[in-house]
Amino acid sequence: MEQKWEEMSREERQEARFNTWLSPEGIEFVSPEAEASYKARVTRCKDAVQLKKTPDRVPVFPFFTFMPADLYGVSPGEVMYDAEKLVSVWNKYLDDYRPDYYVSPGLVGTGKCFEVLDFRQYNWPGHGVSDSSGYQCIEDEYMLADEYQALIDDPSDFWFRTYLPRIFGALEPLRAVPPFTDIWEMPLICGHMIGFGTPEVQGALKALQEAGRVAFEWGGHIGKFEMEAQAKGFVSGAGGISKAPYDILADTLRGTRNMMSDMYRRPDMILKAIERITPLAIKQGLAGVNFSGNPIAFMPLHKGADGFMSDEQFKTFYWPGLKSVILGLIKEGCVPLLFAEGGYDSRLEYLKELPKGHCIWLFDRTDMAKAKELLGDTTCIAGNAPASLLMTGTPDQVKDYCKNLIDVAGKNGGYIMSCGTAMDQGKPDTLHAMIDFTKEYGVYR
Amino acid sequence: MSKELVNLMVDLKEQEALDLTTKSLEQGVDPVDILAYARKGVGLVGEKFANGVYFIPDLVFAGEILKGINKLVEPYLGSGKEDDRKRLGKVIIGTVDGDIHDIGKDMVVFTLDMNGYEVFDLGINVPKEKFVEAIKETGSKVVGLSGFLTLAFDAMKETIGAIQEAELRDSVKIMIGGGQIDEQIMTYTGADAYGLDAMEAVQLTKGWIGG
Repeated sequence: MEQKWEEMSREERQEARFNTWLSPEGIEFVSPEAEASYKARVTRCKDAVQLKKTPDRVPVFPFFTFMPADLYGVSPGEVMYDAEKLVSVWNKYLDDYRPDYYVSPGLVGTGKCFEVLDFRQYNWPGHGVSDSSGYQCIEDEYMLADEYQALIDDPSDFWFRTYLPRIFGALEPLRAVPPFTDIWEMPLICGHMIGFGTPEVQGALKALQEAGRVAFEWGGHIGKFEMEAQAKGFVSGAGGISKAPYDILADTLRGTRNMMSDMYRRPDMILKAIERITPLAIKQGLAGVNFSGNPIAFMPLHKGADGFMSDEQFKTFYWPGLKSVILGLIKEGCVPLLFAEGGYDSRLEYLKELPKGHCIWLFDRTDMAKAKELLGDTTCIAGNAPASLLMTGTPDQVKDYCKNLIDVAGKNGGYIMSCGTAMDQGKPDTLHAMIDFTKEYGVYR
Repeated sequence: MSKELVNLMVDLKEQEALDLTTKSLEQGVDPVDILAYARKGVGLVGEKFANGVYFIPDLVFAGEILKGINKLVEPYLGSGKEDDRKRLGKVIIGTVDGDIHDIGKDMVVFTLDMNGYEVFDLGINVPKEKFVEAIKETGSKVVGLSGFLTLAFDAMKETIGAIQEAELRDSVKIMIGGGQIDEQIMTYTGADAYGLDAMEAVQLTKGWIGG
């Protein structure tokens, strides 16, 4: 008899999610070999994560943004404006390099959608940066210091009527509409709707509709790619996405500098805001995992890295919120994949507080020997192949580096070979060296 | 007042430091002295940063407090008076072509400035020619190239190549920095050194041109 979800432990839920991932709905494998590859890849990840059984070999997951395009001389600008080209280079990359897991082309986005919305928070090819550069965030204050209370009172309302109108020029008029929570009796409805009838707001709604149309069409290409990639036996590296609540505030709401000052000027407001958005961050990660059937919830971490705050600040502002999101996702059987950009040496002890066999920690510049020693019994670790070496080194240098990673971090399992950062660019010879060498030398005997 | 303001800066007590500044100005303390004490405080914050006691937010917040003090002092300053600090040397800083990241670059600019160097901040997304022009115009002996993206590796290499082509390579020391910058990239670009944080930029500059 099938067990009820409510009665299942987090371990049972995780197992159930891995089983769903292992037999993806609606996928018709192109061959028995493709199906076998797919299942081996999912199983390899599962074994690396759970720390119960040594995988057949070290899994390999080159981690990137625009890298597949760059490998074939295609610019970020081209793939952001041509969905067919986008999926075609991603497909070529999979066929030529045969990694275990891939980053979805969905993360590239479509430039047209950003144009329709008049997106002001990032530069992207042709809009503030050249065709050959990827998108880059424009550091600014997108939530003002005196808006914490509005966020805390009603995050969704704050997003809809303050934040979105600020980051999307086309949605600026939405500032003027009344909050939806004002609607509670029939006599109020028509009065409320008047706000949506002004020419300015009607224009904003049309822009939203057009952005939706553009994104939907583009999403069709992405969806088709995902089905085909899996049918060929490849596995997507993540099913959902979330962030540390502190980073949600610091990255694109308050801005890096303002948030740093807020820790001195308004620490209580930060803590209240974090408490408020923590459940939202859990729901966001879970929604993606539920939709995709892939248990991995990707979480890029930024402002808690070594040097970015003191231990006291990490303990106060960063870790409790992050830990709550991680535990919330684990409770639902998800596997948070935490990308700790920069160094995390001074934070490793905190990671031991997490339950065994539920996460992947992808490190950038962290000391991998120390990470393995401290966390080998707690969590799967990943990453650390440096972008500097992959971009400017030789294949032999890369093999040497990967050999050491496999020997040290990969000892007895619990390690996934990956780059230390999300690669915008790539070099064919060193990338082949990383993937092929791991497949050969990384076999556990 | 002097020691008190320095201490308040070091302890990052914003409101108290601003209050003391206002009070001192009202009492007729020389605004130039107030700024000197405030900067001295920031310098000590930088030292604590270099010693691993303070971290990036402390350095950033010290800059914020200084900004506030500057604002209070400004109306009391005569024209040009605020810039009569004796400078230890000139340094050019910029984020290389194609990259718009500025947080690390700004921290280096601020820290060098606080440590007595005259900094020419070329901003972000700076074409190589601009660095060459700036070296010619300012006669700076130190150039700092910042970059966060992997595409900065080549932009840095090309910038250093342009400096070489302009026959200026021997007259400047070049340091590089940014998230993915390491020894490998130092060798690749032909830079003289790389630094992991803002205080390392100060140490490198000190080593090259004194101070």
